[in-house]
Amino acid sequence: MNEQEKMRTRAKELHAAGIIKQVLAWEAGAFPSYPAPAFFTKPNAFEKIVYNEFCTANLSKYVINITEKTLIFLRPCDAHSFAQLVKENQVKRENTYVIAVGCEGCVQVDEGEARDLLESCRTCTKTDYPLFDEEINTQNNPRESTNKAARFAEVTRLDSEENTARYAFWQAHFSQCIRCNACRNICPTCHCKECVMDSDHPLDGQFYHAIRALHQDGRCTDCGQCSRVCPRGIPVHLLNRKLIYTSNK
Amino acid sequence: MSVKIVAFCCNWCSYAGADLAGTSRLNYPAQVKIIRVPCSCRVDVQFILRAFVRGADGVIVCGCHLGDCHYSTGNYHAEGRLTQLFSLLDFMGFERERVHLEWISAAEGAKFAATMDAFVTQVSALGKNERYRNMYTKAGAQNE
Ligand code: SF4
Ligand code: SF4
Ligand code: FES
Repeated sequence: MNEQEKMRTRAKELHAAGIIKQVLAWEAGAFPSYPAPAFFTKPNAFEKIVYNEFCTANLSKYVINITEKTLIFLRPCDAHSFAQLVKENQVKRENTYVIAVGCEGCVQVDEGEARDLLESCRTCTKTDYPLFDEEINTQNNPRESTNKAARFAEVTRLDSEENTARYAFWQAHFSQCIRCNACRNICPTCHCKECVMDSDHPLDGQFYHAIRALHQDGRCTDCGQCSRVCPRGIPVHLLNRKLIYTSNK
Repeated sequence: MSVKIVAFCCNWCSYAGADLAGTSRLNYPAQVKIIRVPCSCRVDVQFILRAFVRGADGVIVCGCHLGDCHYSTGNYHAEGRLTQLFSLLDFMGFERERVHLEWISAAEGAKFAATMDAFVTQVSALGKNERYRNMYTKAGAQNE
């Protein structure tokens, strides 16, 4: 991928020109396959910016309430979440400088081995960037038309079953939930200062998941982060996808 | 077998409709427990789920007819929100027949009684609520 080089160069140029104060991007993580989101403030650190198919984290979550002019790199899914945050007044557009970067999908890592594309990338239908200042290699975003059909395939498959089967399906998943809140914390459009899940009256089980999904209703950008981070492999984003499916109808 | 029904009724129409049903001496099942809310949009989805967890077998939300809401647009919000809730519950495998949304005006005492009758029959056919009641895990239920 030559995006990475261009990203580093543009970061240096923009910083030298005084347009930006810091950069939000990915840096190498503990393993090559786990790049982590990071803020870079010193120009000599810009060489550490990483961009490859393992950059699974959605950067827009980290722009919430930034106060300094920040350069951020957004792929289509990040860009949609970012646009949603701007719409909800969680970040000032003028505090950001957005570079849209091309994306060919991220790869799932399983026991140290790269596997297939992430589920959310296999079913991704986003090709556009709602907000950006400049672009890097955005022309080669491959989005097969099969993705459109694949997006709601699992939702409609479950819908066509008996409700007892659906209940069993979710019961099997939710009984595995350890209520770690990772699905809530990672969600880019989940940003309330006080959360009902943190009350002295904590919700859990299906109650938790119904409320979590409904609180994201109409704001979920279908980025699939919630399912990606779940340590128990629960496909939580399916609930949000079902809500998108219903409201599209 | 008698099922327990919780009815959220908006103050301006449906609650008055229930009143009219009473003053007109219409009968409707006694297991319907009415909770008065200022507007149908006051009903948070958690109210409904919590009613189920605490032992309701069916929950019905009643408001003014579309366009007649005392606060102009409250019932449109309620409709949008509850449509999503009902579709999500159905998707999670909960019985769709246990929840209902109905518009009843202050002049429709008879409609109120008929709606409650029909809803009680519908819920009775399903029997006791097991799935909704166990929405919490065991640990979660202790906090309830
Ligand atoms: S609910 Fe899940 S899929 Fe939707 S925006 Fe949040 S993390 Fe992404
Ligand atoms: S990330 Fe998974 S285990 Fe953690 S609370 Fe969400 S669904 Fe439960
Ligand atoms: S006041 Fe009756 S629905 Fe709003």
